[in-house]
Amino acid sequence: MSNVHKSFYDETHTVFGHHKNKILQWIFSIDHKRIALLYLFVMFAFFAVAVSTALVMRLELFSPGQDFIDPDTYNQAFTLHGVIMIFLFIIPGIPAVLGNFLLPLQLGARDVSFPKINLLSWWLYMLGALLAVTSLFIGDGFADTGWTFYAPYSIKTDTNVIWALSAAFILGFASILTGINFVVTIHRLRAPGMGFFKMPLFVWSLYATSWIQILATPVVGISLIMVILERTFGIGIFDPTKGGDPVLLEHMFWIYSHPAVYLMILPAFGIASEIVPTFCRKPIFGYHAIAISSAMIAGVGYLVWGHHMYTSGESEMIKLIFSALTFFVAVPTGVKFFDWIATMYKASIDFKTPMLWTVGTFITFIIGGLTGLIVASVGVDIYLHDTYFVVAHFHYAILGGVVFLMFAGMHYWFPKITGKMYNEKHAARAFYTIFIGFNLLWFPMFIAGMLGMPRRYFDYLPEFEIWHKLATIGSWVFALGLIYMFYTLYRGWRYGELAGPNPWNATTLEWQIPSPPQLPNFGEIPYVDYMPYEYKNGEPVRHLDLSVKEDKPHE
Amino acid sequence: MSNASSTEPEIVYDKQGNPHEVIDFNNDYEGAKLGFWLFIFTEIMIFGAMFLVFGFYLFQFSPDFIAASEGLNRVLGGTNTFILLLSALSMGLSLVKLRNGKIDESKKFIWITIILATIFLTIKYFEWSHEIHIGIYPGSPTLDALSDGTKLFFGLYFTMTGLHGLHIIIGIGVMFWVLALINSGKITSTNFVVLENTALYWDLVHLVWVFVFPLFYLIY
Repeated sequence: MSNVHKSFYDETHTVFGHHKNKILQWIFSIDHKRIALLYLFVMFAFFAVAVSTALVMRLELFSPGQDFIDPDTYNQAFTLHGVIMIFLFIIPGIPAVLGNFLLPLQLGARDVSFPKINLLSWWLYMLGALLAVTSLFIGDGFADTGWTFYAPYSIKTDTNVIWALSAAFILGFASILTGINFVVTIHRLRAPGMGFFKMPLFVWSLYATSWIQILATPVVGISLIMVILERTFGIGIFDPTKGGDPVLLEHMFWIYSHPAVYLMILPAFGIASEIVPTFCRKPIFGYHAIAISSAMIAGVGYLVWGHHMYTSGESEMIKLIFSALTFFVAVPTGVKFFDWIATMYKASIDFKTPMLWTVGTFITFIIGGLTGLIVASVGVDIYLHDTYFVVAHFHYAILGGVVFLMFAGMHYWFPKITGKMYNEKHAARAFYTIFIGFNLLWFPMFIAGMLGMPRRYFDYLPEFEIWHKLATIGSWVFALGLIYMFYTLYRGWRYGELAGPNPWNATTLEWQIPSPPQLPNFGEIPYVDYMPYEYKNGEPVRHLDLSVKEDKPHE
Repeated sequence: MSNASSTEPEIVYDKQGNPHEVIDFNNDYEGAKLGFWLFIFTEIMIFGAMFLVFGFYLFQFSPDFIAASEGLNRVLGGTNTFILLLSALSMGLSLVKLRNGKIDESKKFIWITIILATIFLTIKYFEWSHEIHIGIYPGSPTLDALSDGTKLFFGLYFTMTGLHGLHIIIGIGVMFWVLALINSGKITSTNFVVLENTALYWDLVHLVWVFVFPLFYLIY
């Protein structure tokens, strides 16, 4: 065997003792690295489903009038797309996959604090996913309310809203457990000497994310339960015919769901904070500012939910307050961008694929973020509310921000996870394909939205046709790019060259151990009394070998 | 890594040669407590959201809420409050006994807690069946004929006491699990964090009731 070390692919711990069956060894594994990969495969399977739904919708919108799906199917399609993308892909996305894999490695820990609960989270996630999928095939099909489940329509419609709600509730519970696990891990299992301000920035972002998961998810959980009770028993809380107030549901929904977008973007920002110093060969500029800005975004992000409801009936005063607070969120976000750009300043930047994705994201996310300020302005939003402008803004921020950085992270940690290297040339070309397709897909929607094209409409006036045609063509380029990228990664995984422990010359602890990592992660836990990104003359200051030595197993 | 907990703690040394212990995640008392406190936070957020909804409608429909509150049975509600307080006491005592090494007495107090919790549920059952008997339940014709505020009051009443009752049922299940763990020697006088967290949970359940009770029974 060329690889002296046994990696976590060869051996594992399971919750029920030993299994001979390889599949059981995976699905009952309590090793954080295997759980991360379990999430990865399920998540991308659902990602493929949701992308396909989106392609079907775009194809339907290619020309005006009904082409091949009827309006009710269209409503279910956008709900399915939203529910899968939000609850099954983006919210668990980076924390559950990259976070699970990397958090203990970056902290110098042997696992997360509660490995069994970690596995339970995955099982709950699977249960939620199963509920969502089952509801597609029974009764009147998937919910057609949109992923926001606004009352009173969500109370009245005949589709399987309860299934979708239960799925979202269970997924929320899985997300809460992951959040608790991560906060305790970060508090308790940092390597000796590693203070909070010596943690890698990805860990900081996971910390802020986990707090949002813990504090905001229960609120939406109970709101979804109340909608379920409303449908089954008619308790009246959100039903205007019984004196209830549907706007109250909107408030409770957005109290969670607005922080949830920060829950999506913060770990993505953490990935950028890892990639930028590595490929600039410089210590990151403003370490403390980036760390604290994550916490600030998480904190202020709680107080801005009302900007989703300018047209739902709020007092003028409260609109202004929510608008001002929303503008304030842009400040810590701007701090991060200035820090990254200051790190890149005068560095000899190595434009490897992860860095390409990151810099590409700076462009798309800045468009997504700044258009967010446009829709946060009360007067403008009254006009733009529920138009394609909002759809384009959201996708520039979440697809062009979170998903792009997730892809950046996947390329960056690919050698660590698989031990192999993908083909750099093809990976870069896949990036350019996706980047072009992405902009062709979403930029026309800004214009269509400005001209008044409403979102979630099955049909449109002929004057919008050109923008819809451009977007649909963009969606094909985008999908081709995705296939290209996943195929490149698959080729790398199967046939790539061995990557070695530290192919990027990075400084954080996960690069000081073999790729793929061994089961106990570290042979000897290091004493960490230095900053995470220390470069001198373009080289890492420290080269450690923390692998588990065969003659000295740690136990 | 079950065999890791039996070995000596892992030590690393800094540059000055001072020893630092590496925390073993399998055997981390403070971590287990911290994790459970975070879970309690999420519970508080859940009930907090419910109280928020209650407050919202209380201000909108004050006269209806006050009138509807008259119809609830304060004697039964008060008895239940007292029973839950007693059960919280016996739960705490079982933890104290366990830490003092008195395993049998600790088990006895857990049994008392289970019995008190069951009495609570029984009384709750009679209250609910009385209300359902006189036609007051969400969506009933009798209730639909009443004012909006009354409908909301009883909608919230059944939701919140139901959610609380669900927590009691889960708590009883957890206590049986704890008893099994004590019997199999997994909870001992030195390794008691599971029982301690159960006691924390039970305190939460009774604290929530301490707020639910006056909001529904005593606002008239």
